[in-house]
Amino acid sequence: MAGTGTAQLRERDKVLLRVEDLVVEFPVGRREVAHAVSGISFDVAKGETLGLVGESGCGKSTTGRAILQYPRPKSGSVRFEGEELTTLRANDLRARRLRLQMIFQDPTSSLNPRRKAGRLVAEGLEIWGGRTKTEVEERVNELLTSVGLDPDAVRERRPHQFSGGQCQRLSIARALALDPELIVCDEPVSALDVSVQAQILNLLEDLKKKFGVTLLFISHDLSVVKNISDRVMVMYLGKVCEIGSTETVFASPSHPYTQALFASVPEPDPDVDPTQAPTLGGELPSPITPPSGCRFRTRCPLATERCIQEEPQVREVAADHFVACHHAGMSLEDAEEIPLKAAESPTPAAT
Amino acid sequence: MSADERVPLLEVEHLTTRFATDRGQLTAVDDVSLTLDRGEMLGIVGESGSGKSVLARTLMNIAGANSSVTPQTRIRFEGRDLRNLSKEETKHFWGKEIAMIFQNPMTSLNPVRQISRQLTEPMRYHLGLSKREAQDRAVELLRLVGISSPGHRMSQYPHQLSGGMRQRVMIAIALSCEPKLLVADEPTTALDVTVQKQILDLLAKLQDDLGMAMILITHDLGVVAGRAHRIAVMYAGQVMEESTTKHLFEATSHPYTESLLKAIPRLSQPSHTRLAASSGALPDLVNVIDQCRFVGRCPLVEDICTATMPKMASHRPGHSVRCYLPLTPATVPSGTNEDVAEPEKLNQSDRSH
Repeated sequence: MAGTGTAQLRERDKVLLRVEDLVVEFPVGRREVAHAVSGISFDVAKGETLGLVGESGCGKSTTGRAILQYPRPKSGSVRFEGEELTTLRANDLRARRLRLQMIFQDPTSSLNPRRKAGRLVAEGLEIWGGRTKTEVEERVNELLTSVGLDPDAVRERRPHQFSGGQCQRLSIARALALDPELIVCDEPVSALDVSVQAQILNLLEDLKKKFGVTLLFISHDLSVVKNISDRVMVMYLGKVCEIGSTETVFASPSHPYTQALFASVPEPDPDVDPTQAPTLGGELPSPITPPSGCRFRTRCPLATERCIQEEPQVREVAADHFVACHHAGMSLEDAEEIPLKAAESPTPAAT
Repeated sequence: MSADERVPLLEVEHLTTRFATDRGQLTAVDDVSLTLDRGEMLGIVGESGSGKSVLARTLMNIAGANSSVTPQTRIRFEGRDLRNLSKEETKHFWGKEIAMIFQNPMTSLNPVRQISRQLTEPMRYHLGLSKREAQDRAVELLRLVGISSPGHRMSQYPHQLSGGMRQRVMIAIALSCEPKLLVADEPTTALDVTVQKQILDLLAKLQDDLGMAMILITHDLGVVAGRAHRIAVMYAGQVMEESTTKHLFEATSHPYTESLLKAIPRLSQPSHTRLAASSGALPDLVNVIDQCRFVGRCPLVEDICTATMPKMASHRPGHSVRCYLPLTPATVPSGTNEDVAEPEKLNQSDRSH
């Protein structure tokens, strides 16, 4: 997995956002760096929802933030509406960020606890000016209504008086206030109960239709990503494993990591015996000293000598389905027939 | 210790836990009755505020200083009444007979103590093992829960381990005294799905190997679907539906259970499937109204639902529901409620649907 390459990119004029060879590193300790995102490329077309899925430490949130240049990536290109964001000066970038908004995981802590709901939503509108007080007020009412909150009831309340789901609705109203083109949603439903999660997912779908926004939806939950996305990208340890249309990737996951991830999802079906599905053993290697070649090889049951030597490139395995694996398409069940060369990690598979 | 196999391992009757709050007594767990046999796995499913964790903490006697349990509450473990244990018995009960693992492995371990100390302490205290014996057994336990180079891990501190590792250590500590019952409160919620699968598979295997009973508490029906023998669904402090796992999914009878099932996005559905989302908040648990707790979110409400609170009633063999309008027809005639005795409620039979 975990490969580089740009085979998955589509024609430039058709996409809203184009990320090429994005690299984000964080300094840790003396002269060491954590390789959070290491050369990933993808694009998002206007009106599309791209689901970004992977486990903790795979770099999905870092990718989302790096698109907003927060932090600025070490190298690579982020083109939004045809404009390169990585080289923009701070002031120009600030103006561009109007078009790019973000929603975070913890709805309560991402809102200022001392502000009233009405002010929270109006904040952006006031900062960017050009509207009279009545216009701002009307817009706030309109936004609150569109996220399913009753403006008269909630305007004067503060975040602690709202439930988690309501706070997430407020965050969404805030993000929509300045008519953004792209909203980066970083685990927006992970902190919510399933019934509230369903409400927020439905709301995001409705708002997408109503306002024509494009979503980059980051989540660790495969079922949620499948539900909301048109295309999906699977990441592991800062690299792209697999990218393609949601239907294709979910119908025939071709990367061994994607297969293992899918097998781990607990399905609410009593007839499925979860202990029969293959389990991914071992632990995530350190991003400070990532494995050579394919970054997934230390846990991959299909790994061979080639995976140690050579990093797989993203290649097309079917129409709109791209995989970065030397053994793409092999099933995890075939693993026994392949000599296990992966025993570099000191952690054996458990259970 | 009674070795009578006919006595259920755990019998909980009318368990009610209240918390003193500024606004008055908050009933977090309301009249919950459950039984658990040896080696059985019971899943308790509910959303935040359903009382599932308070129920577990009440069983463990760690519900907190501002909590109180009503006098009607009966908790019997192997026939012994837990509310009347002698001081001497209490010392070696929790941790030894019933052990618990918590949701957050990051904060459940002591950050300034080595793994070895945290792992050997309960064995030395409860089982009276010597330091040497406890050390040897600790290494054995770490191996059992799938930790590599256990000898090396013994001298490490929690921050040197990943989340999955820490949860394995927590499980090793919980298992160290070979409890007859393990209460696992959202043991995998803080973990990634692949690690979640590792941990759940490990728990299932250990349960089989050691013949231990288990209460698995989760908000995720998927986690218990293929694993638990029986599932109790909780809402607003009450058990709404309790059944064998297969029955719960195939003959879902409580509207709340159904709404939970319909709200979950599934891999088997195509993208952009509209999810059934019921809105509405939890009822006030301080000033409780005598009506069904779920009326605010239920699509089927009729007059009777707001007139008085429904009782838990046997619906089919091994399947009880707290609803006047269950979604599947009952095969047990109403009135013969063998599961729950309710002498004060005589007009049960004239419920209509």
